[in-house]
Amino acid sequence: MAIVAETSRFSKTGRPILAWIVGLIFFFPIFWLVLTSFKTDADAVKPEHLIFFTPTLENYLNMTENYDYWRFAQNSVITSVFATIFALVVGIPCAYAMAFNPTRATKDVLMWMLSTKMLPAAAVLYPMTFITKSVGLFDTHFMVIVVLCLINLPIVIWMLFTYFKEIPKDIIEAAQMDGVNTWGEVREILIPLAWGGIVSTALLCFIFCWNEAYWTVRLTTTEAATLSKLIEGNRAPEGLFFGRLSAVSAAAVGPIVVLGWFCQKQLVQGLTFGAVK
Amino acid sequence: MGRIVLDTVTKSFGDAQVIPPLDLTIEDGEFAVFVGPSGCGKSTLLRLIAGLEDTTSGKIAIDGNDVTQVPPSKRGLAMVFQSYALYPHMSVRKNIAFPMRMAKMDQAEIDKKVEAAATSLNLLDYLDKKPGQLSGGQRQRVAIGRAIVREPAAFLFDEPLSNLDAALRVGMRMEILELHKKLNTTMIYVTHDQVEAMTMADKIVVLRAGNIEQVGSPLELYRNPRNLFVAGFIGSPTMNLITGAAAGSHGAETIGVRPEHISVSATEGTWSGTVGVSEHLGSDTFFHVHGTGLADTITVRADGEVDFKYGETIHLTPRSDVIHRFDAQGLRLG
Repeated sequence: MAIVAETSRFSKTGRPILAWIVGLIFFFPIFWLVLTSFKTDADAVKPEHLIFFTPTLENYLNMTENYDYWRFAQNSVITSVFATIFALVVGIPCAYAMAFNPTRATKDVLMWMLSTKMLPAAAVLYPMTFITKSVGLFDTHFMVIVVLCLINLPIVIWMLFTYFKEIPKDIIEAAQMDGVNTWGEVREILIPLAWGGIVSTALLCFIFCWNEAYWTVRLTTTEAATLSKLIEGNRAPEGLFFGRLSAVSAAAVGPIVVLGWFCQKQLVQGLTFGAVK
Repeated sequence: MGRIVLDTVTKSFGDAQVIPPLDLTIEDGEFAVFVGPSGCGKSTLLRLIAGLEDTTSGKIAIDGNDVTQVPPSKRGLAMVFQSYALYPHMSVRKNIAFPMRMAKMDQAEIDKKVEAAATSLNLLDYLDKKPGQLSGGQRQRVAIGRAIVREPAAFLFDEPLSNLDAALRVGMRMEILELHKKLNTTMIYVTHDQVEAMTMADKIVVLRAGNIEQVGSPLELYRNPRNLFVAGFIGSPTMNLITGAAAGSHGAETIGVRPEHISVSATEGTWSGTVGVSEHLGSDTFFHVHGTGLADTITVRADGEVDFKYGETIHLTPRSDVIHRFDAQGLRLG
């Protein structure tokens, strides 16, 4: 009885407090980033202006007026949205085939796909740059979309495969008996049943695409440059301007934080899908 | 129409052959039951007919048309699964309407057929509920409703009653039989329960390790089991199999006597032993008799309420006209 009482007291008060502490620790860098973005570059490095300072929108105005923030943001949206769509278009049939018609090679194929994530990106930087430049795709939306899609495809397929495996095969077979072709199975049964999983996969893929910096910084200059490139571009040779850099960073992570906030229920639901049966 | 012919059909998974070359004909309108112990290949055989598994070799024909390479959706068959396999995101109405919607039937026609199926299966009150809100029996009725509306050439049932409790199982058994009488459509039913097979089938197909051991009507199998396996599998309680001198005196390696073909007496009989556990069902009494020197246990079925105490000596007399004789290979003699 005593153990039960202690456990319930912990779950009632201790657990929420612990959760808040962990949450605040994780949120602190974002808070700090946003706070610094409203300081002048001079204030940003002065210890006396750590908390108390005169807020300014100077950095944000500078960013939109001098750095064409909206063009970078637009490129981020275009490349992330299309890369996510393509990853799903390729990933859904692929995961479907492996989940419902597995062969002896399925496990190996899944492991192989995952192993591509283990390859250091730097190892293929030179060939990628060389190839994209020689075929005229350097700094194009198409190339960024293809690269973002490909680097996220293993995760997308793995996640979808896990969700699809939760759907009983009998239901798919019942649909086959009911006169449904493969496309019908996907449209009528698979997508509605795995909708939560598909949405959370799409969200995660979108977030990964949005945050991707290694390739988007190296394979673009101006035309297809994303917000990652904008942040990178604010590293001035004469030193770091923290106020300016923070404003750019806050404006880059802002949309994705807002998206994550609104979709947190969907994300958590999707990520824990099938964990409890 | 729904005549199904299997011509030297085989199925292998990798190097393991689960269905050796097999020939079978199921006539139009027949209620055929595939029965056998777990792993005997009965469900695989049903799935081959459904098209859910590809045949390794051989031919499957429905109404004279070779459907071996035809996908399940185009074979014109309907299947009821053990797990019901209802679409959990659709209401009962949408579940039943699904195959018709896929066949692009007129909406008014769909509504009419859904109502008719729901009426005949007592599902009218549940049409707008989701499968998750229904009991096992109701779910199975929805699965049957979904199969009926397709008006298939044949119905395939894969152990449809296994997930139901005993009382419900008997009720559903009758409902499926009523349905067969009403529709007069070919039905193939897979079960491991020989009582289900005996009570439902026009034709029983007994399977073991993918081989057909015997095909026949329930009473043919009961009266003339072709081998020891069928003899032991068909009938409840199972047939008493006796070897040694008692079998030798009938010119056989093994003889089989059904529990209901042995009479009991307190004073005289051919064999004698001591009464072990008794099962009193009211209509019948089963005695498990030990120490006869024939087999470990001889099971006897007596009509009505017969009372012998545990450990009491009992005398048994088999009916000589229904003794089944088998040779050393386990095949029926005579």
